Amino acid sequence: MADLYINSKYLGPVENDQQFVAEFKDLRRKSSLPEDVNIYHDHETKDIYILTDEGRARRPLIIVKDGKPLLTDKHLEQLKNGEITWVDLVRQGVIEYLDAAEEENALVAYTPEELTGQHTHLEITMGSMCGITTSLVPFSNRAPSSRVIIGSKNQKQALGFYAANYYLRMDMDANLLHYPQLPIVKTKIHDVTGYEEHPSGQNMVVAVMCYDGYNMEDGVILNKASVERGLARSTYFRPVSAEELRYSGGLVDEVSIPDKDVKGYRSEHDYRFLEEDGIIYPESKVNEGDVIIGRTSPPRFLSSLDEYNLSAAIRRESSIALKHGEKGVADFVVITENEEGNKLIQVRLREERVPEIGDKFTSRHGQKGVTGILIPPQDIPFSTRGIVPDLIFTPHGVSSRMTISHLMELIGGKVGALSGRFVDGTLFEAEDETSLREELLQLGFRDDGTEIFFDGRTGKQMLANIFVGNMYYLRLRHMVANKMQSRARGPIQLLTRQPTEGKAKEGGLRLGEMEKDTFIAHGASLLLKERFDSDKVVIPVCNESGLMGYYDLRKNGKAISPLHGEDAKVSNIEMSYAFKLLLDEFRSLGIYSKLNLINKY
Amino acid sequence: MKHDEVLKEYSEKLSPALLQEIAASVPANIAKEKLIKILEEAAGLYSRAKINAGECVGLVGAESIGEPGTQMTLNTFHLAGVAEMNVTTGLPRIIEIFDCQKEIKTPMMEVFLKAPHNTIDKVKKFAAALKETLFGELVSEYSLNIYEQTLTLKINETLMKDYGFTDIKELAKLLKTKSKGFISETKDYLIIFTQKDKGGENLKEMYGLKEKLKVVKIKGIKGVKQVLPVKRGEEYIILTSGTNLKDILQLSEVDATRTYGNDLREVYEVLGIEAARQAIINEVYKVMEAQGLNIDIRHIMLVADIMCASGAVKGITRYGVVSEKASVLARASFETPIKHLINAALEGEVDRLTSVVENVMINQPVPLGTGLPGLVTKMK
Repeated sequence: MADLYINSKYLGPVENDQQFVAEFKDLRRKSSLPEDVNIYHDHETKDIYILTDEGRARRPLIIVKDGKPLLTDKHLEQLKNGEITWVDLVRQGVIEYLDAAEEENALVAYTPEELTGQHTHLEITMGSMCGITTSLVPFSNRAPSSRVIIGSKNQKQALGFYAANYYLRMDMDANLLHYPQLPIVKTKIHDVTGYEEHPSGQNMVVAVMCYDGYNMEDGVILNKASVERGLARSTYFRPVSAEELRYSGGLVDEVSIPDKDVKGYRSEHDYRFLEEDGIIYPESKVNEGDVIIGRTSPPRFLSSLDEYNLSAAIRRESSIALKHGEKGVADFVVITENEEGNKLIQVRLREERVPEIGDKFTSRHGQKGVTGILIPPQDIPFSTRGIVPDLIFTPHGVSSRMTISHLMELIGGKVGALSGRFVDGTLFEAEDETSLREELLQLGFRDDGTEIFFDGRTGKQMLANIFVGNMYYLRLRHMVANKMQSRARGPIQLLTRQPTEGKAKEGGLRLGEMEKDTFIAHGASLLLKERFDSDKVVIPVCNESGLMGYYDLRKNGKAISPLHGEDAKVSNIEMSYAFKLLLDEFRSLGIYSKLNLINKY
Repeated sequence: MKHDEVLKEYSEKLSPALLQEIAASVPANIAKEKLIKILEEAAGLYSRAKINAGECVGLVGAESIGEPGTQMTLNTFHLAGVAEMNVTTGLPRIIEIFDCQKEIKTPMMEVFLKAPHNTIDKVKKFAAALKETLFGELVSEYSLNIYEQTLTLKINETLMKDYGFTDIKELAKLLKTKSKGFISETKDYLIIFTQKDKGGENLKEMYGLKEKLKVVKIKGIKGVKQVLPVKRGEEYIILTSGTNLKDILQLSEVDATRTYGNDLREVYEVLGIEAARQAIINEVYKVMEAQGLNIDIRHIMLVADIMCASGAVKGITRYGVVSEKASVLARASFETPIKHLINAALEGEVDRLTSVVENVMINQPVPLGTGLPGLVTKMK
């Protein structure tokens, strides 16, 4: 007697558990039961669990009977001719989906060759252990799993041809690679998923070598000539939008070129790109501070008094302008309405991004790197045949990360490029290393992929043979142009008067606790004080009461002590504004924090 | 010594201990010029070894211990197959020492023995005698008879003989003080307790007796939970887990000059503050060395000095060393600011701004390095 549970709820006893489970599965395969129901038989407790709830990850397997897969050559023939589809195979009970529980009762063979009488299922392909993105890494059975995962993650950040209607879209932060290519070394998943519709990289000539120190610590070196010919060039799109908001009292924003008497008027120069409707004209080159959409808003606070006041009618400037460090070309303008029925203006900015120092590149094997230098064509290393690399990759990146797949792709890419064909790098089914090497030998190259190289600067032959080949490289969306920032003076926070934080607010870089310690450890006290002067204030302090006073301009700027009035002696004391704030907070707590002033000298 | 005047001249440049050492190590009939030359050289070396005024030793020390501390592995290493005791090392141990925690995770002692006792056969016997044995370990079965109101204990025969008891009566005698109000009888390997005045609610008492008897110490030294004789150099010593320095040092077989415990508080209580200071230095240095980190021992000595300066061992916590900082602002910038500020306000405390943190807070030069000297001008 066995207990039967449906979705973990007890249903009742089952007399013959073995038979029950077998019949249940049979009914499902005959489509008498829904195919998305799974059953799990616990052999120790004899409990049977039927699972029908949502959220179970399930995977398809070929059903095996008596050591023979139910999927036959006839099925494959029919599939090829389009007579049947996948769904038919599931309905016919050739393929079924197992969830994690039912897998416990299954014995799955990887290949038809290893099938025995005990096997219940056969894997459709060995590569099905990987998902779609992971399957896009070629030769991925030749790299540690961690690297394959990193490689598949990197591909999501690659620039490519993301949508054919990109010129009609208003995507936030969209990037478009200019000449995307299909990878020479590809996997079957590339074909299945239609990768040729939206490729996201380029086949580059990659040399594994050093060039001074410019590619150390995961750097890559780019050939300047290649870059100038359009290698990895991309366009960056970014929308700027403005809305005509409605306020209470029937007041609305107005998109227009602001009048000169508007509160907060910039300068005529800043509005120079606007057409009469207050919106920028397409193809105008804009820089930081330039207005994209001119807009005015009604005055902020309308008190009853102000309504009789003429000056209250003055509107406020609320244009959208480019922030610090931004630039681009106005590409495309859309004028529509949003959900609330307000007028909405969107302007798409476009910017050409030529690869530069600090841009991020990666192969598909988790071997990312940042550009360290662009080498001018006359200095680039060249092979005996005159081949120059587009990208120079550091050999130190391979030893510790053990990405053999990276090296395999290099050889595969070389073979593919030389013989004019695609090379298959599908997981577990990739082309053989020895056959690739042999083919390379027949093409007239050394079978280990190395070539004799010469230093472009000296013309001398290099001591080592250089491993060179073709690889599919991806340009990642992290570009310095979006991240670079510097500041000398700039905005400060209202409360603390300390510099703001972060790129968006043109902030400073914080000299933190541990950095402070290094100054102290070196005994550079006075330098440290200057570094922390960013919020320094000079405050009049009463010599007697030790409280902060003020200068009264109505009395010719006489210093006033809060306790002793005009008569008290007041000294100007320099301190950080943050400390002044602390003293204020003490007083609000009712703590009298008295500053005892002593003459330093 | 014939050059006493010469040595006296250098009493300001060199420390008395150093002068003594030089005087003792030079030949008695040394020429005056030669001695002066030696003293000059020594004075030069000595002054070079001194820390300059305004050098920030505390912070440099803190960072010198703190930075390698970030590289320390959290887990302790285990050596498979080696008879060693599991001792806390790495960061957890460092925290334990610097915080001066009351109960450390793995208290242990290294007990050295005097000459005739430190051979292998004698050590084994002595070690077994040290181990604290509780009565509960010998009992193989407890049975409580509710009807007859008796508690019967069955003693494990072989274990009892291993521990050196020949007669069950010996054992029963040891239990006497803890079993007042009960009559005990012995029979074979059974001890039977019966209540003296029967009747009423005394089942609870019987149960209490059982628990009480379990922890009766029948042998060894209190607190010594495990013993392990180990060869150290030519002799055999005993490693113990659990410490009891006070009792161990009183045993005549033990070499009190070398026996060592790792519980700092105990070292302080038994041997005094100087011993505690040295123990802190030794323990921290040992951990750092085991992790392959090389830090100058003087940084650790400074920390140990600060922890012991008041005459009692204080941890570097808000209740210990930090609570003794002179500056209110400095204390408030370490944990629990509100507590310190409120108390300072109540007492009318004055902050003289003599240290680092408070001056950074108010943006004044820190009185160290370039911030230390001031300019004095003559006012006309």
